[in-house]
Amino acid sequence: MSGFSFATQLIYVLAASCFVLGLHLMNTPATARRGNQFSVAGMVIAIATTLALIVHAGVITATGWTVMLVGVLIGGGVGLYAARTVQMTAMPQLVSMFNAVGGGAAALVAIHDYIHLAGAAGGVAESTTIFTLLDVIIGSVTFSGSVIAAGKLQGVITSAPVTFPGARAVNLLLAALGLAAGGYVIATPSLAGLWIVVAASLAFGVLMVMPIGGADMPVVISLLNAFTGTAVAMAGFVIGNWALIIAGALVGASGGILTKLMADAMNRSIGNIIVGGFGTGDTAVAALPGAGAGVKAIAADDAAIQLAYAGKVIIVPGYGLAAAQAQHEVAELADELESHGVDVSYAIHPVAGRMPGHMNVLLAEANVPYPLLKEMDDVNPEFARTDVALVIGANDVTNPAARRPGTAISGMPILDVDQAKSIIVIKRSMGHGYAGIDNELYTNPKTSMYFADAKTALAELSSAVKTLVG
Amino acid sequence: MSTALLTDLVIFVLSLWVGFEVISKVPATLHTPLMSAANSIHGIILVGAMLIAAATNTWVGYVIAFVAAMFASANVVGGYVVTGRMLKMFRRRPAAPAGTAAPAAPAAATRNGQAS
Repeated sequence: MSGFSFATQLIYVLAASCFVLGLHLMNTPATARRGNQFSVAGMVIAIATTLALIVHAGVITATGWTVMLVGVLIGGGVGLYAARTVQMTAMPQLVSMFNAVGGGAAALVAIHDYIHLAGAAGGVAESTTIFTLLDVIIGSVTFSGSVIAAGKLQGVITSAPVTFPGARAVNLLLAALGLAAGGYVIATPSLAGLWIVVAASLAFGVLMVMPIGGADMPVVISLLNAFTGTAVAMAGFVIGNWALIIAGALVGASGGILTKLMADAMNRSIGNIIVGGFGTGDTAVAALPGAGAGVKAIAADDAAIQLAYAGKVIIVPGYGLAAAQAQHEVAELADELESHGVDVSYAIHPVAGRMPGHMNVLLAEANVPYPLLKEMDDVNPEFARTDVALVIGANDVTNPAARRPGTAISGMPILDVDQAKSIIVIKRSMGHGYAGIDNELYTNPKTSMYFADAKTALAELSSAVKTLVG
Repeated sequence: MSTALLTDLVIFVLSLWVGFEVISKVPATLHTPLMSAANSIHGIILVGAMLIAAATNTWVGYVIAFVAAMFASANVVGGYVVTGRMLKMFRRRPAAPAGTAAPAAPAAATRNGQAS
């Protein structure tokens, strides 16, 4: 190793250290912005080092420079525009697209490396072929899978699980084809074999995500995030670059942890989610006798008085709140209640949004201070001391049926909303959640149902509190 | 197995552990920005894309370098900008209404006044 390449590897390690430090500083909201700046610094260092490396090597052609610069300008421009304009409700789609391009780029790096070496005199070394293949497989699956996930989140592709007879057989066939082609590529270097691996992986990614329903998206995005990181780390093995290996491993770990947290929050295994979604009709439902009867409706004025004279209110937001774009209205109502001396906080279930922590970002955007956003385990003991729990657009995560065995959501950790002294549920109709079962919370004698669109209902409550209580 | 490969593997495994250790301390409130930050970090693949552009002299290589550079830089730039945008929203106390933004020091004084 020459002095120069030794120095560049060391600087790459410095850049990777910035990434670790950046992630470490994300352990509190107060330091997180500094963390992001550290991470940016690491990236700038890594890119500058690479430029120095390229100039030092001196083999780059004029076309090479042009291609690189134009690509960076176009990509950077698109990325900047998307990042500046994206709605916070659309964050999962954007993150998914970034997973797609990251995974795609990682696969391309390995593909190019293979083509390049296949044309060179030395040929392809077996020890790197395995990493090339892993990179190509994981990167391609991530690319096509993430594009489908983004399409589902955006509503371009139906968010309902899409399956067809024999889907599982086709999946197995594709996996077998990919592995066989991969094995062939390792035994006898073959570019055609590599393209078969690429095609099989791309198709596998599509078929993997298509059957997954909207409510399972937090798990899928996390999983694809982990895949992207792993693909980048594999690319690091292929081109022998430590920065890529370290950064990829960090992202892989992050995605892995989030995947586990999300799957635990739904009490489902990752395999179970990949194989089939909720609401596919194969789960026997243990419905309560007479469910749907005994529901008590409430009007805006009564609900407003109940809220305004409460000592402690916990708001339980679900994806329905985000779908109705009612984040600002809920924050307004909370402000109004606080001005009347009510202690207001928010109970956030881990899968309240479409990606991990999504609901927190939506509420932060609506100016809700983050100390009021409470995690499930911290807030559950508080429900017993709560006068009113206000449930908005959350369904399955509040269903006490999860505590009993034999239902579609048994064992899923839920918010103990039914422990509150009284409960108000804002909901458009008695429709089911993703699990497709009745919510026993709604027939609880303590519960009042406020049937309305979340946005309208919250605005009405705010003005009712204002006029009635002053 | 070569020493270089062994070194790479050691680095990979240790980085995974560092990642698990560091990231398990991130609170749920910040999980979306965390994922977005992780997203920007995997934009490091831009380094790989740049190295392709530097090493190739065939049109296939140029096309691959171009697409990879485009993908990776969208990833890097977009990831960091959107992470910054999100993190700016996380406040301990409600922000002052738009248009009445006061300079940092007096604003801090008012907030302390409210708290006491």
